[in-house]
This record gives sequence, structure tokens and C-alpha cells, in this order.
Amino acid sequence: MFGELKTLLKKHIREYGMYIALVIIMLIFSFLTDGLFLSARNISNLFNQMGYIAVLAVGMTLVIVIRHIDLSVGFGSGFLGAIAAILMMQHNMPVLPTILIVFALGIIFGLINGFFISFIGLPSFVMTLAGMLIFRGGLLVATQKTGTIIISNDTFNEIGNGYIPDFFHNENIHVTTLLIGIIIILFYIYFEIKRRNNKIKYNFEVLSIPIFILKILLISSIVGYLFWILASYNGLSWTFVIVLIVTFIYHIMTTKTALGRHIYAVGGNPEAAKLSGISLNKITLFVFGSMGLLTALSGILYASRFQSATPTAGTLFELDAIAAAYVGGVSAAGGVGKVTNSIVGALVMASLINGMNLIGVGISFQYIIRGAVLIAAVVFDIKTRSKAS
Amino acid sequence: MVNATLFQVRVIFLSEYILEMKNITKEFPGVKALDNVNFKVKRGEIHCLIGENGSGKSTLMKVLSGFHKHGTYDGQIIFEGKEQKFNTIYDSEKVGIVTIYQELALIPELTVYENIFLGHEIKNKGIIDWNKTITEAEKVLKKLGYTLDTSKKVKDFGVGVQQIIEIAKALSKNVKLLILDEPTSALNETDSEKLLQIIKDLKNHGITSILISHKLNEVLEVADTITVLRDGLTITTIENNNISENVIIKHMVGREINDIYPKRDHEIGDKLFEVKNWKAFDKKNERYVVKSANFYVRRGEIVGIAGLIGAGRTELAHSIFGNPDDYKVSGELYFEGKKVQFKSPSDAIKSGIAYVSEDRKGNGLILDFDIKTNITIANLKKILKGIFVNENEEVIIAEDYRKSLKIKSHSIEQKVLNLSGGNQQKVSLAKWLFVTPKLLILDEPTRGIDVGAKHEIYSIMNELVAEGMSIIMISSELPEVLGMSDRIYVMAGGKIIGELSNKEATQEKIMAMAVEY
Ligand SMILES: Nc1ncnc2c1ncn2[C@@H]1O[C@H](COP(=O)(O)OP(=O)(O)OP(=O)(O)O)[C@@H](O)[C@H]1O
Ligand SMILES: [Mg+2]
Repeated sequence: MFGELKTLLKKHIREYGMYIALVIIMLIFSFLTDGLFLSARNISNLFNQMGYIAVLAVGMTLVIVIRHIDLSVGFGSGFLGAIAAILMMQHNMPVLPTILIVFALGIIFGLINGFFISFIGLPSFVMTLAGMLIFRGGLLVATQKTGTIIISNDTFNEIGNGYIPDFFHNENIHVTTLLIGIIIILFYIYFEIKRRNNKIKYNFEVLSIPIFILKILLISSIVGYLFWILASYNGLSWTFVIVLIVTFIYHIMTTKTALGRHIYAVGGNPEAAKLSGISLNKITLFVFGSMGLLTALSGILYASRFQSATPTAGTLFELDAIAAAYVGGVSAAGGVGKVTNSIVGALVMASLINGMNLIGVGISFQYIIRGAVLIAAVVFDIKTRSKAS
Repeated sequence: MVNATLFQVRVIFLSEYILEMKNITKEFPGVKALDNVNFKVKRGEIHCLIGENGSGKSTLMKVLSGFHKHGTYDGQIIFEGKEQKFNTIYDSEKVGIVTIYQELALIPELTVYENIFLGHEIKNKGIIDWNKTITEAEKVLKKLGYTLDTSKKVKDFGVGVQQIIEIAKALSKNVKLLILDEPTSALNETDSEKLLQIIKDLKNHGITSILISHKLNEVLEVADTITVLRDGLTITTIENNNISENVIIKHMVGREINDIYPKRDHEIGDKLFEVKNWKAFDKKNERYVVKSANFYVRRGEIVGIAGLIGAGRTELAHSIFGNPDDYKVSGELYFEGKKVQFKSPSDAIKSGIAYVSEDRKGNGLILDFDIKTNITIANLKKILKGIFVNENEEVIIAEDYRKSLKIKSHSIEQKVLNLSGGNQQKVSLAKWLFVTPKLLILDEPTRGIDVGAKHEIYSIMNELVAEGMSIIMISSELPEVLGMSDRIYVMAGGKIIGELSNKEATQEKIMAMAVEY
């Protein structure tokens, strides 16, 4: 059993490496802060902090998978957040139409990027660099008259700060959160077993029973513990729920649908994809369109969390998202990268920032340390990749 | 007293063998690619290494060259009497072992002389001495009997000359043992002849060569010794005197193959596809890649398109198959009697045309995908359940093809990157059979494929046409064109210049047409 565990670790070191790093980071900070880091309040906080980067990281993963980059998402997010603020505060628009308009704008901006990159053939670096400048200018124009726009709409602000309601009114524990946690764990176990049985049916390699149970126990208890912590505080935040849903949709889309296959095929070998009847232009448009939509979502999450639109909103978000994707193991060579891993990558980076804030590391050192961690993560990825092949 | 050491004569015992590889075992996850292989090469000989696809030839050479480094395999390498433990390819090059890989390793955008001295530049105090580089490059090429403008970029030359440049690069490294992995698979007969002559000349200059090839006629022509691998085992090592092709085939595949081109007799139907006044203009390079093409295919027919490499056959196929390279095309296409236009490969696929590319690594397969996802990628809609890919069905389909095409792999979840060349070709074929086309265009379908697998592919082609499918086969291997086609078109300089029926066609006639042009 230990032999199998060892070969398993070796074989999947790339994937597990990131989780191990995450655990180590969490333990270190927990130790340095006398347990404050892992407290219910902080963990809950951590998830809310990473929301607007996490959704960008999901979209960015696909962009990088098809061998492009999108630098416009940072200020794009800031600009779209400002649009939302203006619509609500200066034009008295209700929340829902505001959100829908911002989503639509995000998609249109993304499609414009995609159009120039695919049909006209502009390098994505150049196109989205220009987009970044334009959005930055737009953001400044939007906030020129008023400066920071304060958003005083409670429903809207709930998105970035609120928690899902509890239907059970228990004093000490958020029962709905707990129930959702249990349902997720049950689903997880059900699908793992189903997948294993399927593999056995086709004589594929599977984990031996004890290792399999160990894996299920490990993951279930981590998820269980997480939901327990959250339930003992305010429960699930709306931000957390949104990130969860986005991740789930994108995970299913990339792994189970034809569209997902086509995206990875284009990234893996564009020439072969083209000859297989896949339209490169359509895929590029889709991926940038989806990036635009997630940029809008990120803008809304951010504006809502800080209940305002500021002239500097969105600064460096694009780099945080790109860093999260790379920490999560996407490859610039194309065709490789999972959205779930990028989310974990975002979590690693967010934990780092959160932890360093807690122990009072100065902002300048924070940047240096984040840079170093990014290099370390990618070096690890490259080293383990060449070994695996 | 005389010091005894003065009398000690240092005897350098030159063994008969320049290279001995002893008990080499190399495992990849799930496969034993080499199983206790013993391989000995005599000084100054041409040693041919042959075997089926996936038998371990390339792997053995990668072990030798340090590509698979010492410690990742078991066994011993003795070169020039010394045990060698290479960690990188650079280490093996230092002692004089140079490999030319199955895939060319030149940089297309660099000049010929830059390529020849890439990695071992001629320097003077750290600065590259370009004048010396150019003269030296020309000198090496002259040794090979070539005078080229070495300041031209490599991409401006055909594959044949590029292969020569590779050899020049090897020679410039002071090579003692030259390894060539399928050097002629992408060459036409004339260029192959030239290359083989060069290997023979090198032998006269004392350079030992190991040659991997699936072309048995050339093996018999140049080899002094032949080693056969099968399933990672050394089957035999034999001297090349008066052995017949059939004997080697039997060693390779373990059984006899009597008729490599299997017979077929069935009715040929009406016209399925016709191309009229076809032209294609390459906008990037501003030249016509197809100047004029008129041809047709009938149902159940195999039509061969012969010609030299560079005749424009692949470009013709691409321009018809939805024009992915964005040429400016003109002319008419008729499919099942109706005039059609294909705006993209997906239009062509929808109408029932499939194109198996000649360049399986470049634009045929997605190397990072596994076998099953490569097989289904061109026709995913066939296995969709709603918007989801039905993975169970995918597995069943992929397993079917793996069995029927005998794709050698440990599972259908193996990445195609790790398959041997021939097996990659079979995956490519499976991918296009899965779109169940009415017309299958095969571009160099048996390049780099062993005799056994060739025979299998020919048999599959026969089954397909018997079911009514039509096949256009582009091939530079004349025996194959002659052996398999009902009719043959000859292409040269971007034009289809002639048509021959199976009965009237001969190798000489085709060559005469192709070269004369
Ligand atoms: N990096 C790798 N990872 C896993 N398996 C590999 C790897 N490289 C080679 N193999 C496997 O090792 C076996 C031998 O492959 P090899 O490339 O040496 O065959 P070959 O004799 O050169 O075939 P061909 O004539 O088709 O080129 C094959 O089964 C192949 O799938
Ligand atoms: Mg090989």
C-alpha cells in the first residue's frame, strides 16, 4: 500500500504539489499567527477576498490554454464596476438590469478583443495591452466628475459582503451551509465510485481499494472541515457560492463537452484542430467572450465588496489572475491547464497575501515574496513535467 | 638498473567492435520498450536496425545517445572500449556519436551555415568567426558533394537537401558513429539514392553508421550487418550476404507475408468527386502552389497521385479539403454530381470527405491528447449526449479501432506523443475512419510504417473500397502507387500532367513523366 502511495505521489506530483504547497502555507501562517489564520472569520474573509481574482483566473486559464493572453481584464473589471455604480447611483437603475447590462458589455468587449485577435490576426498581447489602456482611460473618465462613486444599494452590496440565509435558525451553527457541504461530499463520493466502476469495466488502471478509500476520506474531510468552519461563522458567502458555481460550470464545460475538447485541441495543436474541422476563429471568439463575461463578474464582485467604484479599481488584477493560472499549472505552450487547478492557484496566492497581512509584512516585501513564489511554482511545474514524460 | 616502466608498451587494443550495448532494458510506465537487448556494431560498417513499429529501435538509439540518460535504463554501453554513462546528448556527441533524429532538428529560419555550426560555433575569443564558419560549412558540404549557397535559410531548401545539411552538421562535429533514424522516409527515390551513396562514402572514410529504415530494399542495398528487433527483443543479427527481403520480413513480423499488395476485385461505380480547372495561389509566398488540376474519383476506386516531393500534391489536397491554409482558389468541385464549395475543412468533412495528413506530428495529431480523444476529435458530434461527450461510448469506439487497426499501446488513454511513429499513423487513420467518409484522401499513408503494418493498411484500404468508399492516395513510393491504385495521376510542378491506368503504368513511365516536366 505504501509502495502504491509512493508511485502515486510520484506520478501525480505536479497536481498534488500545489495542494501540498497550499497546506504548508496554511500551516505556516496558522503557526505564525497563533491559529488566527485558520479561524472561521479569517477563512471566510479569505474566500471573499479572492473571489474577484478567482473568476478572472478561470477565464484566463482558457485564454492561456489557447496560447493567448488577456491584459485588459484588470482595468476592464474596474471600468465595468464603475459602469455598474454609475447606472445604479446616477441613473437609478435597479440591480438586476444593471448586472445584465454590465454582463452584456463585458461580453461585447471580450468579443471585440477576440475579433481583432482571430479575424484580423493581431497578437493578443498587443490587442489586450491596448484594451488595458483604453479601459484605464474609460475608468478615469467615468470617475472624473465624482471621484470615487459610493454605492449605497444594499442588494448590490450584499453580493460581495453578504451570506446565504439560514432556513433553520440555529444559534451556533449555520445549518444550510452544513447541509450544502454534506450534499457536495455525497455527490463527490458518488461520482468517484461511479468513475472507478466505469474504469474497471474497461480494464483501465484504478487505485487499489485502500488507497481509493484513503483519497475519498482525505478529500471529504477537508471539504467537510471547510464547510464546518464556515458554518460556525456566518455560513457561505454569496461570493463563495458564485465562485463555486462558476468553477463548476467551467469545469464541466472544459472536461465534458465538445466545446471544451475543441478549446484544448486548438491549444494543443492549432493546425491539427483546423484540419479536424474546428474553427479557430470561433473558439478564439468564444474564449475571449467568456473572459469578458467573467471580467464583468469580477468588476461587480469588487465594486460590491468595497461598496464603491474607485479610479484605481482593477489595478494589477490581470497579473494576479495570470499568476494564479500559472501557479495552477497552465502551460504557455498551450493545450494544458485545468480551471480547478487555477482556482487552487488563486487560493495559494490569496492565502499568501492574507497571511502576510496578518503577520504584518510590509506591502513592498509582499510583492517580492509573491514574485518569488510565482517563480518557484512554475519551476516546480516545469521540473516535474519533464520527469513525467 | 633500467626502469621497468620504460619497457612497458602501452598496447591499445582496438576491438573489432566500436560499440557494444549489453543487456539494455528500458521501461516506460506500462511498457517494456527494450528487454535485455544486445547490440554490437563493428568498426567501419553500415549496420541496419530494423523492426516493426514500436519494436524499440528509436528507443535503443535514444538510450545510446544519452537522450534517455544513464540510470533511466539498465545495461551497459561500451563505446571504443570504454564504458560510457551519458547524461545528455552533448556527452555522447563529445565522444563522437551523432544522431540524426526521425524528425529533422534544423531551425528553418536560420541560414545553412548557422545551422551546421549551431551548438558548436567556431569562436575567436568568444566572438563567432563568421568567415571561418562559412568556409568550414562549405568545406563539409563539399565533402558530401554539394555546393550550396550557405547564406540561404534552411527553409528555402527541400527535405532532401535539408537531410544533407543535417549530415553536414554531424560531420562538422567529428563524428565517429553516425546514427540515422529513418532518414529516407521523407525523401523521394533520387534523393534517397544520393543519401545512401553518401553513407557509403562515409564508410570509406572510416565512419561507422547505424541506419534505421523501413525500406527493406535500401537496407539490403547498403547494410553490412542487419539487426532485427521485435517487441523490444533482439531477434537476430545477420550478415548481409544474399539474404532475401522475405527472410527479413519473417524475422521482423514473425510470419510470412506473401503478397504485400493484397488483391481486390469489385465493381467500380459512378463518379463521386470531380475537380475541374483547379488552381490555388499561396498569398503569403506569392506563388501558385497548384497551377492546374483536373481529375476525378469513382465510387469504390483507389486513385493514386504520384509525383516527386514538392510537386504540390499536399497543397492540392489541402486546397480541396476546405482550404485551411487560406490559398486563393479557383475552379470547380463536384461531389455526388452536385457542384460544391468548401469554405472550411468542416464543410468538407460534413460532405463526407476525410484527409489523413502526411505530417502526423505537425498537423495530424494533438500529441498531448490520448489515443481516444484524438480518434474522436474530428467527429465529436457522433458521440454527444445532449451537450456532453459520452465517454463510455468513446472508450468503446476507441477500443474497437485499437483492435481492428492493431494500434500498439498499453491503453487507449496513452498520450499519442509516446507512441512510435507507425502507431501514431494508425491513430491518425482511425481518427478519419471515424468520420465515416465517402471519400478518403490519404497523404503518404505508409510513411515510416513497417511492412507488416503496411500490409494491414493496404488490406484495410481494400475493405473500405469494397464497401463503396473512394480513396485518393498521394504517395511518393512508386511500388505502393503501382500496387494499390486503379488509376494513377502524375503531378509535377503544381500541375497534374498525366493519367495512367493500372495496366499501362510502370515505374519508368511515371518517373519519366514526373522528371521530364
Ligand atoms: N516517452 C515514452 N513514454 C512512454 N512510452 C514510450 C515512450 N517512448 C517510446 N515509448 C514506447 O516504447 C515502444 C518503442 O517505441 P520506439 O519509438 O522505440 O519504436 P520504433 O521501433 O522506433 O518504432 P517506429 O518504427 O514506429 O519509429 C513503443 O511501444 C512506444 O509506445
Ligand atoms: Mg522510431
